[in-house]
Amino acid sequence: MTKSLQFFTPKTSNSTGAIFIDIGISAGFPSPADDFTETRISLDEELITNKEATFFAKVNGQSMIGAGLDDKDLLVIDRSLEPENNRIAVCFLDGEFTVKRLKVSDGGVWLQPENPEYPSIKITEENDFVIWGIVTSVIKKV
Amino acid sequence: MYALVDCNNFYASCERVFNPSLQNKPVAVLSNNDGCIIARSDEVKKLNLPMGAPIFKWKNFCKHHKITVLSSNYPLYGDMSARVMTILEQFSPNVEVYSIDEAFIDLTGFNHHDFNAYGKSIRKRILKWTGIPTCVGIAPTKALCKVANKIARKFPKETGGVYVIDTDEKRLKGLKWTAIKNVWGIGRRLEKRLMLKGCKTAFDFTQLSDEWVRRNFSITEWRLKKDLEGIPTIEFEIKEIKRSISTTRSFEQAYSDIEDITERISTFAACCSEKLRAQQSSCHMIIVMLRSDRHKKNTEQYSASKTVVFSYPTDSTLSITKAAVEAIKIIFKKGVNYKKAGVIVTGLVPTNNHQLNLFLHENPKHKPLMSAIDHLNKKFKTTAIKLANQDLQRTWKMKQEHLSPKYTTKINDIITVK
Repeated sequence: MTKSLQFFTPKTSNSTGAIFIDIGISAGFPSPADDFTETRISLDEELITNKEATFFAKVNGQSMIGAGLDDKDLLVIDRSLEPENNRIAVCFLDGEFTVKRLKVSDGGVWLQPENPEYPSIKITEENDFVIWGIVTSVIKKV
Repeated sequence: MYALVDCNNFYASCERVFNPSLQNKPVAVLSNNDGCIIARSDEVKKLNLPMGAPIFKWKNFCKHHKITVLSSNYPLYGDMSARVMTILEQFSPNVEVYSIDEAFIDLTGFNHHDFNAYGKSIRKRILKWTGIPTCVGIAPTKALCKVANKIARKFPKETGGVYVIDTDEKRLKGLKWTAIKNVWGIGRRLEKRLMLKGCKTAFDFTQLSDEWVRRNFSITEWRLKKDLEGIPTIEFEIKEIKRSISTTRSFEQAYSDIEDITERISTFAACCSEKLRAQQSSCHMIIVMLRSDRHKKNTEQYSASKTVVFSYPTDSTLSITKAAVEAIKIIFKKGVNYKKAGVIVTGLVPTNNHQLNLFLHENPKHKPLMSAIDHLNKKFKTTAIKLANQDLQRTWKMKQEHLSPKYTTKINDIITVK
């Protein structure tokens, strides 16, 4: 009788040996930061809540210096925000853009500068007046 | 239901956002190179200054009527358009951008909404956020949206800029009000033929028999008829792939030298190829055209075009430019002063599934080369890499004498506030 089949007995082993983990070999300390990657800080994300409604403008003059708006500062303007008392707004008044603090009361609407050398402006029916957008941030070079 | 949101006098409105003193004043915008009028505010329309009027003929008219004439500021219009379209996505998951200033939005499943109020809120948000006034037409089909939109635009006081066709009565009223030439997709030729048949309004058109329309016109007109009947037939296309791409320009001065013309044509061809690759299309043929100055009647008038068919679809700048230059050599005529030239690529197919030709195909080296060029040009935000037959030292500048600042795309151009 020829042996057409040969049987083997499995060899059981109790040794735990080394465990192979397939993460590639890196000859060095693995980066402990890998699990904590985050996207870098973006000023766009920080300063702009509504991209579609956001525009920029440059300050010309000193009328709002008390509110921290200097000549040549960059303003972030969000058109989607509602104009409210005390907000700083970019307005179009009688042919030019202006930035002032809005003062709304029963007596009417006032544009208040933040510089004692400039007068407050009362908006009347005679004025060609539009509130263009609300200032949300000021970016300045130092 | 669908809604068509259309920006009113879009180019003029964009200019007015950043220059509010133009509000309620006549504003006209010129084509590239300040050639002719391509956009008019309502005030200009009332003065009967026609669309397409060459500005040099109407200069005194504009001065006399105090019309503010501006060069086209496409970076500004493009950015404002993108803002409007993105806002629309807040109102529907499906937005079909139909052109720079209009979009269809799908309101399927919005039946619990008050459509008129919904339309008003769309208008209100776009106006507040961007400063662009719009009109909204809401109806069961796209063609009826167009009708509804026209009604909203024509009767701002009565409609508040929003009109909804939601009953058959309103549909019939709207169709009877719409002159046949104002129906979406009815061109001058079709208008003439329909007028002969006695069709004066959109309503008359819908009264023709389906069979007659199909026999005498094409499937497109039959679809339009069904759409006007209130049966949605014209499909909602979310991503529209352009069927042809063209770059044509009027020169600021006439050119008669073949070297100059060849350079221009090469640049136009390169520009078309780039646009092709951007939308992942390849073209089967290109058309190259040349024209003398039509307004100088005393000089020799000549215009010619040449079509070149490729044996395989291509998006390679090298192949397209080569074909364009060969075509120019054929149609160029000595002694003519050329004022306009252009390249049109057409017969477009998606690049990734076009039919392969058994014996001829694009040189495989072109593909990586093109993507490298596109990558570099994008990176440097300019045409850093050009073919050697494109302008090198010479700068061809577009004539833009009345250009407004790029308020939203260039930091030095933003508005200043006191």
